[in-house]
Amino acid sequence: MIALLVRDMRLAVRAGGGFGLGLAFFLIVSTLVPFGVGPEAAILSRIAPGILWVGALLACLLSLDRIFQLDFEDGSLDLLATAPIPMEGTVAIKALAHWLVTGLPLTLAAPGFGALMNLQSPGHYWIFITLLIGTPALSMIGAFGAALTVGLKRGGLLLSLLVLPLYIPTLIFGAEAATRGTAGLSAVTPLLMMAGITAGSVALLPFAAAAALRINLR
Amino acid sequence: MSLWEFANPVKFMALSGKVLPWVIGLAALTLIPGLIWGFFFTPEATNFGNSVKIIYIHVPSAMMAINIWAMMLVTSLIWIVRRHHVSVRAAKAAALIGVTMTVIALITGAIWGEPMWGTYWAWDPRLTSFLILFLFYLGYMALWAAIENPDTAADLTSVLCIVGSVFALLSRYAVNFWNQGLHQGASLSMDREEHVADVYYLPLLLCIAGFILLFVALVLIRTRTELRLVRLHRLEIRERMKDA
Amino acid sequence: MEMRVDNLSVARGGVPVLERVSFTLSAGQVLILRGPNGSGKTTLLRTLAGLQPPIAGQVSADPEHITYGAHADGLKATLTVEENLRFWAAVHGIEGIDAAVKGFNLNGLTHRPAGNLSAGQKRRLGLARLLVTGRPIWLLDEPTVSLDTASVGLFADAVRGHVAGGGAALIATHIDLGLKADTFDIGPFRANGDKTAPSQQRDRYADFDEAFS
Repeated sequence: MIALLVRDMRLAVRAGGGFGLGLAFFLIVSTLVPFGVGPEAAILSRIAPGILWVGALLACLLSLDRIFQLDFEDGSLDLLATAPIPMEGTVAIKALAHWLVTGLPLTLAAPGFGALMNLQSPGHYWIFITLLIGTPALSMIGAFGAALTVGLKRGGLLLSLLVLPLYIPTLIFGAEAATRGTAGLSAVTPLLMMAGITAGSVALLPFAAAAALRINLR
Repeated sequence: MSLWEFANPVKFMALSGKVLPWVIGLAALTLIPGLIWGFFFTPEATNFGNSVKIIYIHVPSAMMAINIWAMMLVTSLIWIVRRHHVSVRAAKAAALIGVTMTVIALITGAIWGEPMWGTYWAWDPRLTSFLILFLFYLGYMALWAAIENPDTAADLTSVLCIVGSVFALLSRYAVNFWNQGLHQGASLSMDREEHVADVYYLPLLLCIAGFILLFVALVLIRTRTELRLVRLHRLEIRERMKDA
Repeated sequence: MEMRVDNLSVARGGVPVLERVSFTLSAGQVLILRGPNGSGKTTLLRTLAGLQPPIAGQVSADPEHITYGAHADGLKATLTVEENLRFWAAVHGIEGIDAAVKGFNLNGLTHRPAGNLSAGQKRRLGLARLLVTGRPIWLLDEPTVSLDTASVGLFADAVRGHVAGGGAALIATHIDLGLKADTFDIGPFRANGDKTAPSQQRDRYADFDEAFS
């Protein structure tokens, strides 16, 4: 399983794009929003946590179809399915690799990008914490969506349509926790709810995703 | 004789063919009088005006929108566990009706909301939940449409329906938390009998019964069509194999 | 170590393509699978590999003993030859890749990215993967596509070595590999798609035919 993680990370680094693309997209969103909303500092700092969350979510969405698609096309997925690793493990590792390549860099970059939107002082801390807890759920839910659409030639758009409603609870609790924390209110409840979603997704969705992959390999 | 026998396509086609005209007739006999009664023979409410009469469409369609998804969840589970074709085809058939009901509920809600609250749309928990439900229906139907092999499509959409149900429920709680009811939703609710006098309530019940019967009729028709489509697909493959 | 296939029926896209297939593949045996294009060789091999469920019948072998090799090699263009092999070796818990490298004459290529290889070299790398799985039963689907005569020789040697060590191979191919092998023709087992033909089991769609007749 570690070999699979190492391979996926290596592929992401060599193919380029992996780390860079999501981050670049996130930067563009963070830059565009002030142009659309106006430069007023008070408004920007109020919406900053929410915008950063939406931006991170969309950046995450961008790379989902690569979780399984390439391995499906070149036959690796067939071989992995017959390998001694259980399919659930393969799914979990691939979601983890996706998180390391997109979710984690986004989490690390978000406090910095917050400066573009006048994010106020405790906000940096809160956006980091909420994304750190929430992005694993985004990767895992995304892996489930990718497993459903892996057999389709142009599944990218459909993947977004399937995954976006599934992202809503995570987004609501994540952005709410970040907003409350930034405003100096208690963010314990939404934070715990989001942690629950992440834990539940990581524990259960590998089974659903593995089932979907097996169906698609048939 | 077990209930599962009706999951057999032969039994289903025979029985549904016989039952269908009766269901259609009953639906017409409840829905049309129910709507006429509700629209024209109920007194005008003192503080709501005539606009309140839209509940005779709005409430039943909203109820159906949710219940149809629940029915799809059950039939999807049956397909996953017992592999009855009729079951999963019924889920697919119901989705189109469910999404229509959701759209009707959203539109009638907007039309009613304008005179009531002065806005067509508010990010009220209830409205937001229906919008999310609409997205779930869209995703489910899009997945059906995208996959060519009927069995693969049936399996994958069933998995999506089950996982989606969990997330739809989560969304409902998340939305409630996110916007803790800026306006009182209780007046919308039909199960609060004390809020609705009998003169309004009885025709409403008739309309709800009518919508349920209408749904049963439509889902039977569409399931029959879906089963024919499966057979068509199957015959096409056979022809192709004979040529090869 | 033996694979016994008993009355196996396989389907593609829900339609039976082969019915009542029975044969035994024992240790040390090479079985060549013959049949025209589209007759169901790939479907049969994928079913035996456990990638899709049969519609009837049994396969006695443990899936953990089987490895499957198809047209798609699962190679990553940006990884080197060595990294590709080491990955599959690690997945299967095998230590060395030297035998695989030597067996398919990849010595000078180990540090080249797989994307830079010619089609024949890629194919050799894909076949070398079989040696790092450590699994006794090879199911191969057209393994010699784009190989030159010398490489086919290498492949035949690898199969010979594999069966000599107690392994077995089931190979779908159209060319003569020069191996001492038995032939299994799937022609007689083809399902003709006609519902009036005697069928081992009512196929899953038979109900539909009745429902609309």
